[in-house]
Amino acid sequence: MYVAVKGGERAIENAHRLLAHKRRGDQNVAEISLDQISEQLGLAVDRVMSEGSLYDRELAALAIKQARGDLIEAIFLVRAFRATLPRFGASEPVDTGAMRVQRRVSATFKDIPGGQILGPTFDYTHRLLDPSLAEGFVPETPAAAEASTVPTPRVTDILGRDGLIESSPQAADGASVGDLTREPLNFPADRDLRLQNLARGDEGFLLAMGYSTQRGYGRNHPFVGEIRFGEVEVEFVAEDVGFAVPLGAIELTECQMVNQFKGSATEAPCFTRGYGLAFGQSERKTMSMALVDRALRARELGEEALAPAQDEEFVMSHSDNVQATGFVEHLKLPHYVDFQSELGLLRKLRQEFAEAFADANAPDAMKEAAE
Amino acid sequence: MKLSSIIDNLDSASSVKSAVDQVTQHNTQQAQRKAAMAVLAHAEAVEIAARLRDLALPAHQDLRAPENGLVMLRGRVGGDGAPFNLGETTVSRAAVKLASGEVGFGYTLGRDGEKARLIALCDALVQSRDFGGLVERSVIAPLREQLMVRRTRAAEEAAATKVDFYTMVRGEG
Repeated sequence: MYVAVKGGERAIENAHRLLAHKRRGDQNVAEISLDQISEQLGLAVDRVMSEGSLYDRELAALAIKQARGDLIEAIFLVRAFRATLPRFGASEPVDTGAMRVQRRVSATFKDIPGGQILGPTFDYTHRLLDPSLAEGFVPETPAAAEASTVPTPRVTDILGRDGLIESSPQAADGASVGDLTREPLNFPADRDLRLQNLARGDEGFLLAMGYSTQRGYGRNHPFVGEIRFGEVEVEFVAEDVGFAVPLGAIELTECQMVNQFKGSATEAPCFTRGYGLAFGQSERKTMSMALVDRALRARELGEEALAPAQDEEFVMSHSDNVQATGFVEHLKLPHYVDFQSELGLLRKLRQEFAEAFADANAPDAMKEAAE
Repeated sequence: MKLSSIIDNLDSASSVKSAVDQVTQHNTQQAQRKAAMAVLAHAEAVEIAARLRDLALPAHQDLRAPENGLVMLRGRVGGDGAPFNLGETTVSRAAVKLASGEVGFGYTLGRDGEKARLIALCDALVQSRDFGGLVERSVIAPLREQLMVRRTRAAEEAAATKVDFYTMVRGEG
């Protein structure tokens, strides 16, 4: 039975008014604009787009502003917004091999065709707070060098040519692409659904899960084959137009994890793979995703699945921070009626216990007193 | 009106040669339209509008008022395997019809309906015998040039961060 609690409308209205005031903060301080959030807090915007599962920088910036910088709240807002728009269809799969690479590194091969490009990265910074950023910092113009016309093939493509790494699984003819926003999750789930789940999963959760595999809970001996970040073109086959229409470009980060090799009596040993892909520049996210993707392949690769990161039901049921926060945070909403019934039961049990205790101890207590 | 019924309206040709010619022409025009769209999708609405403003445009009307929606973006397992759903993006679309009959479509990432409408107008003009050349010269070509400059600059900035790692042999070999 559900019993609604009514009342408190005035208090709620005033609480939201107070929230709006607190959100704005000291009004002598300039208001932050969506452009400022998008341009200067770009990685927060990337995270909200990835986990909100909606590529729209302006909306993500608005959500961050509205949520006072609470990124999970912002992700929640973006998810709610996406439910208000009709879906035109699905894009053609993007070609990350044709990415206009802004950053691209490999931890496995020093000399990769197209080179190692550091791009805008925190790597190799000293992680010392920089007081010059506190106010009025004007960065130097970026250095420029002649851009190479050499293509930048994925490292896994190069390894694949020699058969040293397993090839990517191809879709069966006529197979539909699973979509967990349309159908409820069932287990076991195929790789397409697992990757969709991980792509919108909480970065912190995936980081912890990925980390647990490194510490031995489902170890799979990973190397970063490649991380690349840059723009890819998006095309959409619009029925009314009759061909694949270019929609523009999005920024993506891709991580190819190269893992422990496997072979059998009939197949030569080769490296196995884990894959990560996310909106914007999201390296920690895609690396964690790739580690967990590989761990979740335990069953398929005939490995013992004993660790949490290898348990797809555990991982996929707990990776979504909007679901998780909804269930955790609902605990603070009124549960007065539930609680009253628990309280009534507890009082009754305590009374029964007290009576039973008194009966059981009465003769002993008298005996002790007598001694 | 079902918009998708307007396209692919090839006449049933009397001879095979004429049919082949028409298909070739259709494919060439399709390639031109796609190339124009690939440029326009990267421009801002104000940039497209500014370049169209100086042209004497033919009469046209909205066939589909701009509308916003979502497209599910897909990736591939391992970059080159089976497709999977990565997450959605906002998309705006519109359709415009010239008085002479050409129907243009505009699709773009984001929620800028005016931009979708301008792309649709350009797409209709690209298909027009009278305006195709003009819109290519006055709108598409300069925007393409601008896009290439931006891309080259980004590539040059990235290229400056290219490393030459080398390994050092330590100890006595």
